[in-house]
Amino acid sequence: MTTGRRAILLAVPALAVFAAFWLLPMARLLQVGASGPRGAAAYLAVVTDAAYFRSLVSTVALSAGVTVATLALSLVAGIFLQRNRFPGHRVLVSLITLPLAFPGVVVGFMVILLAGRQGLIGEVTSRLFDAKLVFAYGMGGLFLGYLYFSIPRVILTIMASVEKLDPALEEAARSLGASTWQVTRDVILPALGPAIVSAGALCFATSMGAFGTAFTLATTQIDVLPLTIYNEFTNYANFAMAASLSIVLGAITWAALAAARSLAGAGVAAAA
Amino acid sequence: MTRRPPRYWLQLAVTLAVCALLVVPVAMSIAAGVTENYFVGVRSGLTLRWVGEVWALYEETIWRSIYVALACLGCTLALGVPAAYALVRSPSRYVRWVEELLVLPVAVPGLATALALILAYGTWREFRASWLFILVGHVLFTLPFMVRSVLAVMAAIDLATLEEAAASLGASFARRFVTIVLPNARPGILAGSLMVLTLSMGEFNLTWMLHTPLTKTLPVGLADSYASMRLEIGSAYTLVFLVMIVPLLVALQWAAGRAGRRGA
Repeated sequence: MTTGRRAILLAVPALAVFAAFWLLPMARLLQVGASGPRGAAAYLAVVTDAAYFRSLVSTVALSAGVTVATLALSLVAGIFLQRNRFPGHRVLVSLITLPLAFPGVVVGFMVILLAGRQGLIGEVTSRLFDAKLVFAYGMGGLFLGYLYFSIPRVILTIMASVEKLDPALEEAARSLGASTWQVTRDVILPALGPAIVSAGALCFATSMGAFGTAFTLATTQIDVLPLTIYNEFTNYANFAMAASLSIVLGAITWAALAAARSLAGAGVAAAA
Repeated sequence: MTRRPPRYWLQLAVTLAVCALLVVPVAMSIAAGVTENYFVGVRSGLTLRWVGEVWALYEETIWRSIYVALACLGCTLALGVPAAYALVRSPSRYVRWVEELLVLPVAVPGLATALALILAYGTWREFRASWLFILVGHVLFTLPFMVRSVLAVMAAIDLATLEEAAASLGASFARRFVTIVLPNARPGILAGSLMVLTLSMGEFNLTWMLHTPLTKTLPVGLADSYASMRLEIGSAYTLVFLVMIVPLLVALQWAAGRAGRRGA
């Protein structure tokens, strides 16, 4: 019988490629990480070394902030779009999904068009208040970029999850006299819990590891771990430090996704 | 007509603001790409001059992105479809582990994967300098999406019964795979394929580290143009990217909807 027990053999080519081009290189990365002057202590540098620690803290703070803001906006918009139908609804939904395919560099360019030196926000504020607001080239710009990147993904997750809600539960709550706010707090949000956890984890992990947007906006004011790793590697040729920092970063994003999956149950999909 | 509560208008306002945030810069970028002089505005005249310049400067990156994406699709089909089948049909308890492993290149930042590849294979000069180095990165990153898309559809149909029926009529494994498994998994394969093409065309995190001056892809070229060219050229280049990626995205959503109905 070829199926059944032996079916697993069909996964062998994929596993072989994975082992040769991911597992093996990762083992090498792990080894290089401990090969510098600090030895294996390089893996602790992210907390013991002030500069790296600052970089870690600002990356975590930025990602957490982006996650909270994305979830708040996407919950409002996602529930609204799934529950209401109005003229132009389909167009609105497809417009929101448009940036799904944008790489980080393009998102960075969008931030420059919005909040850069010749950007829309600067133009509007200089006309209205006589003071030009430019914040693209710093943590503010990065925040806007990650928001831009994450919102479409999270809205789609929320919408799919709202679609599966059982309207009877809300009816029951309402017939028992619950207000709209109580229904939202006690029925809708708990039911969306798994979707919120998984979408939030994905948003957090993506913001932690994203590189393209930070690279496009790159200035000395942006201090995030992926950019630090990139600089260690290309500008200082400090391969050991770059390797150990990327292992630490990879462990954080993987752990965030894994924790969300065990919390929310199956179906936490990692996405680009 | 029922009167809408204030809450409705508040939600609508947030939704429209979010939509504006996402769409306005795209519209600005498109406008800037076909405007004679962005700082003067549209009244300076519309032109395809910048698109022409992008073509002259970056044509090579556009073709390279297309063939890397197609090669990546070929690899993920050859590796991913059998793997998805194995994961659905095998009773082994290691199946979950295999799935976990294959997803790792997506759970870990592309930067880490790229550094690992460079440190492990960077000294192999011919490989490092060729576009195959980029292809390897793209295959690692897109394979989980292909596997998952195909897996979802395969898991929703009763492959075991269908195959048993065919086997009882004397169909060999190869024949069953081609005439039963593949046709039934088609919506998942289609959605996975479009996903792989879209992701590969837009991949930057890995590609920036893996490319050489002779193996630039479209997103790498974009980063280059944003940093060193005038705004109109960066915009026109973005426009070219949009023209390539948006049809893929639209097709992907249509196919994913179809596969979802089959898979869920």
